[in-house]
Amino acid sequence: MNDPTWTRRNLLKGVGMLGCSAAAYPLMTDITFASAPWDGRLVVIVLRGAMDGLDVLRPVGDRNFAALRSPFGATATDLDGFFSMHDGLSDVLPLWRTGDLAFAHAVSTPYRDERSHFDGQDMLEAGSGQNIATAQVRDGWLNRLLQTTPGIEAETGFAIGRDNPRILIGDAPVANWSPETQLRLGPAAEGLLAEIYHDDPLFRDAAAEAVALARSVETMDSSGGPAPGRPERAIAEFAAAKMQQDTRVVSFSISGWDTHRGQANAMPNLLERLSDTILTLRQGLGETWSQTAVLAVTEFGRTARENGSGGTDHGTGGAMVMAGGAIRGGQVYTRWPGLSEADLYDRRDLMPTADVRSYAGWVMHALMGQDRSTIEGTIFPGLDLGQNPNVIR
Amino acid sequence: MREQDFAQVRFGYGFGPRVPAQNRAEMFAELSRPDRAQQQFPIMPMRQALQLGREFRDAARARRNGEIGAEARYDTAQTALRSASGNGMRASLARIVEGVDPLRERLTWFWADHFTAAPNSPLTRATVTTYVDEAIRPHIVGRFADMLKAVVRHPAMLTYLDQQVSIGPNSLAATRTGRGLNENFARELLELHTMGVGAGYTQSDVREAAELLTGLSIDFDDGFVFRPRAAEPGPETILGRSYGSDERARLADIDAFLEDLAQRPETAEHLAQKLAVHFVDDAPSTALAEDLAAVYRETSGHLGAVTETLMSHPDTATLPLRKVKPPMAFITSALIALGLGGSEIAGLSRPELGRMIVRPLAGMGQMFMRPAGPDGWPEDGAHWITPQGLATRISWATAVADRAADAAGDPRSFLDRTLGALAGPRLQFAVSAAETRAEGIALVLASAEFNRR
Repeated sequence: MNDPTWTRRNLLKGVGMLGCSAAAYPLMTDITFASAPWDGRLVVIVLRGAMDGLDVLRPVGDRNFAALRSPFGATATDLDGFFSMHDGLSDVLPLWRTGDLAFAHAVSTPYRDERSHFDGQDMLEAGSGQNIATAQVRDGWLNRLLQTTPGIEAETGFAIGRDNPRILIGDAPVANWSPETQLRLGPAAEGLLAEIYHDDPLFRDAAAEAVALARSVETMDSSGGPAPGRPERAIAEFAAAKMQQDTRVVSFSISGWDTHRGQANAMPNLLERLSDTILTLRQGLGETWSQTAVLAVTEFGRTARENGSGGTDHGTGGAMVMAGGAIRGGQVYTRWPGLSEADLYDRRDLMPTADVRSYAGWVMHALMGQDRSTIEGTIFPGLDLGQNPNVIR
Repeated sequence: MREQDFAQVRFGYGFGPRVPAQNRAEMFAELSRPDRAQQQFPIMPMRQALQLGREFRDAARARRNGEIGAEARYDTAQTALRSASGNGMRASLARIVEGVDPLRERLTWFWADHFTAAPNSPLTRATVTTYVDEAIRPHIVGRFADMLKAVVRHPAMLTYLDQQVSIGPNSLAATRTGRGLNENFARELLELHTMGVGAGYTQSDVREAAELLTGLSIDFDDGFVFRPRAAEPGPETILGRSYGSDERARLADIDAFLEDLAQRPETAEHLAQKLAVHFVDDAPSTALAEDLAAVYRETSGHLGAVTETLMSHPDTATLPLRKVKPPMAFITSALIALGLGGSEIAGLSRPELGRMIVRPLAGMGQMFMRPAGPDGWPEDGAHWITPQGLATRISWATAVADRAADAAGDPRSFLDRTLGALAGPRLQFAVSAAETRAEGIALVLASAEFNRR
């Protein structure tokens, strides 16, 4: 133990990710397929860091837009004569044309003024408003969607990724797995693991499920594993596979949107990752895509004006991306506030004219049959859903 | 089984080559000695952190104004805050792994969780361990009221629960700024920190408490400041008692309220139950909770006396160990079992810290000091032992064991040193049947026996 050759260095080198070996799986349990409460599938992607909606979906038809900022070195494609879409999303342009891609613009959560990522994300995931302190709401709004529904199984809701996102935390059972989690177990070791957990049901059952999940990722990974720098691809593949089974509600994150500088370099890459994620979901879901709604939401938008370092700072209103066969796409949903100095929130940010929760609420209404009073009373307590924008076909 | 066979597991971070078996009385006795771990692995004091905060604020302002050189200045300021955050984490973990006073560490983390103040800004991220070091750790065997007062004066808590933006609706500051009351902290003070949810206070008590707490605020020079001009004028009535007067608002009125809260029988019961749940069982015996509450009441909330009762109670002298180690306790106790010392943790580079501790912790479900809400981390073992959580523990144990196998020696003797009489026959068999040393050691660390406390 006091061997001086054993330093922390050689200890640490091993703590990276681990290989995998196919094996007989004594810990495997049979996964039973139960009936799910809905046919619709809802994917909520949390874009952490505050996506610049004004760069992603550019209001080039607004006469004040050009004076506020540069195009950050990126071209855009006209969508409807008023908005142009950043060409980082060009891979999903076909979805716009087939009506499987839409945007909501000038939207935000009720979060205002402090512009902290942490608090903004907390409010986004808690689904709380200014009427209730975020800290009062202990659970996430996707979990409350599950709480209000009878017949929820352990895998109806699935948080994918290494973090256990607040949006799915709560009293309803939710599965959590990251496809990069691997169990390097030979058949013998797996037998020994089954042996050591034999008498402790908590550990025994969790280990059995972990082995089954790790194996399901392995069999899925025939395409050669996650692309470098694209952890979301494996996540999206896994999410699609789960939604082909019992899973109906999925959430995961794509981080890195905090473009205070170097937006010209960062944004194309981020948007390609988002496109790749959406296309991977569509491919994996096959025909189920037609019953699927993907909502990509962020904690707040960014300043209307470009800052002094080729980026944008924390703002208020922004954009939300909606994709899926269930979405009535090919349009931008918005009540456009304008971009003159007087139109801006605090004279600096895009003025929000709609609440992202309202869009999410109407999606759950149409896709999962949640009635208005449940949405306004429980899932988003205190929200006035307002008029139905009819984003679901 | 003798209590020294497991006291260090239940009330500390387990055994290791540097952490010998102790019985409960020996562990408790350490608390009356000087805090060696704190001296050995210091954490940046608030005063110094505020300097970094001021510089960051000024650099951000300069950058917004497009001043020359502002980019580099901003980077430097941001890096300074980040490294303060990393250093605080290293020192906190090093104190645990050094193993000189495990009960002190456990109590510190218990009360830090009770008074959760998760960071929500670059400065609070840099000072979250400072908060624990200054507001919590000095009071773990002192009076609860003193800990409460220290917490209520700390910028980390005031920021986390929005107290610094809460302004008396009829104060001078409100008429000037148009801002108003924020009940967040007042509510959590009653619900989480003292009396407990459903303990008989009303919405009116919450509102009056929120009005009383106005004036508690922060700045970058002193950290905590009391601003009488932001305080709601006039007395407030909370739980049937009146605090303050029509005179200028005083911090002493808030302290009087906190003293009263700390003495409430509901507070005694709430804290006693939490301690029993944390250290013994999710469903502790009523005798244990009642005995702890009784001592709390008799001593007017002396935490040393309450801890002594816990450490000498019949319920803590016996098995089984029903609790699950949260991820941070799992990782630190494994490092202790493998024989690492605090200086090795303190010396980790930023990438090493990320690879070895920060990311595995997140994969196990515990972002360092960032629970989802002010109620802190869950006590229920099922929250941690999920497929994802357990698989990450197993993977981490495997990776660490691969590197440690040669030094850790024969897995059977490692098992004996690490768990001793706690190891069940199936674990003993599996460890002796392992194909390699590394596999044997990984099995010990992954076992239910090692993951419980």
